[in-house]
Amino acid sequence: MKILVALKRVADPDNANKVKVSPEKIDTTGLEWKINPFDEYALEAALRLTEDGKKPKKREGEVVVMTLGPKEVETTLRSALATGADRAIRIDCTDDELDGRLVANALKTVIAEEKPDYVIFGKQAVDGDNNGVGQMVAELLDWPMATFAATIQEEDGSLLVSREVDGGMCTLRVKTPAVVTVDLRIVAPESVYSKLTDKAHKYSDGVRFAALPAIMKAKKKPIDVKALADTAGGVTIGSNYANFEAPAARAAGVKVEDVAALVDKLANEAKAI
Amino acid sequence: MADVLVVAELADGQIRKTTLSAITMAKAAAAVLGGGFDILVIGGPGAKAAAAGATAFGAGKVLVAEDAGLTDYVAERYAPTVADVGKGYGLICATASSYGKDLIPRVAGRLEAAFAGDCAGVSDAGGKIAYKRPMFAGNAFGTCTLNTAIQTATARQSEFEPAAESGGASPISDVTATAPSGAAERVEFVSLEQVKSERPELGEASTVVSGGRALKEEFFKVLEPLVDVLGSALGASRAACDAGYAPGDYQVGQTGKIVAPDLYFAIGISGAIQHVAGMKSSKTIVAINKDPDAPIFQIADYGLVADLFQAVPELVEALKAKKAAG
Repeated sequence: MKILVALKRVADPDNANKVKVSPEKIDTTGLEWKINPFDEYALEAALRLTEDGKKPKKREGEVVVMTLGPKEVETTLRSALATGADRAIRIDCTDDELDGRLVANALKTVIAEEKPDYVIFGKQAVDGDNNGVGQMVAELLDWPMATFAATIQEEDGSLLVSREVDGGMCTLRVKTPAVVTVDLRIVAPESVYSKLTDKAHKYSDGVRFAALPAIMKAKKKPIDVKALADTAGGVTIGSNYANFEAPAARAAGVKVEDVAALVDKLANEAKAI
Repeated sequence: MADVLVVAELADGQIRKTTLSAITMAKAAAAVLGGGFDILVIGGPGAKAAAAGATAFGAGKVLVAEDAGLTDYVAERYAPTVADVGKGYGLICATASSYGKDLIPRVAGRLEAAFAGDCAGVSDAGGKIAYKRPMFAGNAFGTCTLNTAIQTATARQSEFEPAAESGGASPISDVTATAPSGAAERVEFVSLEQVKSERPELGEASTVVSGGRALKEEFFKVLEPLVDVLGSALGASRAACDAGYAPGDYQVGQTGKIVAPDLYFAIGISGAIQHVAGMKSSKTIVAINKDPDAPIFQIADYGLVADLFQAVPELVEALKAKKAAG
């Protein structure tokens, strides 16, 4: 089985409150680049689908990671390669030449060339928070999709996917080739099963980390570079951002002594109960 | 001049209340474009009956695509019809519920339309629609214009007041469902398991109580009495969902539900950036946490430093006593 995983690097989401917002831009200087957390989960799901959970060092099939960005995003790709991906593809461009529609079109070209069985995305990137590329790619390819996946079970030529939806879970079966976007619970111990993995197997919670020898080995894994113009199919950026602003700050609150004081404040000051 | 198309969401044979936020967005966008708006009600048998609930909001018309093939929602079967109906419009929009988030970008792909997701507002930028979008977990807003002839967007429910009925009766007309393409043949709807609850929905409740990981296995035992006395919705932090103490769809935060109730209780929640992104527009915020330095206290109107396992039952008793006293 061959799986493509789309990755995006984002400014450290744990420090997103430190971005400097001016009308012209959102400045992330000083924040470390990280793999978008949901994309890390997508990679973990892809690795689980291409292995026997008891023998995670042996890849049964191929996992290819892809991203768009300048040369320096190869650091992000290398960390994905160290975790277990086999090779990487980078579409060369600057970060500000991109929007979701352009990214979707460029990825579509790569996917059509690579012909994977499945493409896995994080459900959204936590910088732009747009939540759209996976769905667009699926439509551009005329492939089925299962978004916001909480669990994936591999079957013969299909995936059984349970999705997080308002008020519950929706289960779909998508036949290969298909697109999956993953939600946060996809990295729980019993979320993803390849056909090779025993149903009694439990993964450790979260994503796997790269061991030092794997980090060394990853330096030798291939990264293909493609030009944006060759993959975008004539599509150009379709959204123009201006007027960035910081959210209104909340007025400082007060600490109350005890439950009685809280109830009094809520009733008489906030008039909320 | 162009019109706006709202894609309604159905549940249990009725227009879901989420739809009303998209109608509010559509009205604002239509004012920018100098046009009006229509509502598309799409679904299986019963869609036409449900459409009657969409005729009093001032739409030019209510279009109904009722087809047996559209009985169980899957984006691959809905997107072709939405795209075909939407072709003549300047903007196709829905609310950013899990339905809108799944469907609208797929429609965008089909029409090669640019997409603005989870918008907090729309305004006029020289005759073009400017979409104000929360980014970086709500730590910044960016305003964008889109340069494709057909545009697509979703509305953040907590940022657009639900549209009120304005009277009148928009005419209902039928549209034919478009035959789906190859993708639809490779997706099979298996099941939809929904937990039926007497409580209000997170996105619609005027009071929300959310619990964090500190509640452990006692999440429901501790919080349910509070939720019952307040008549509130119940939510959770991502950490509590991750740990399995609460179901995934309880998650309030950047990547879960975005809520803005009149009153929000954060119980045993530290206040991680991604949680705060989902609730900081609440009118009054109460935090109960035993760590006096928890970041949640920086945004709470009222903070109580206390052991939640004692404070919450006490609060329940105090609220009950207050209720009894009238």
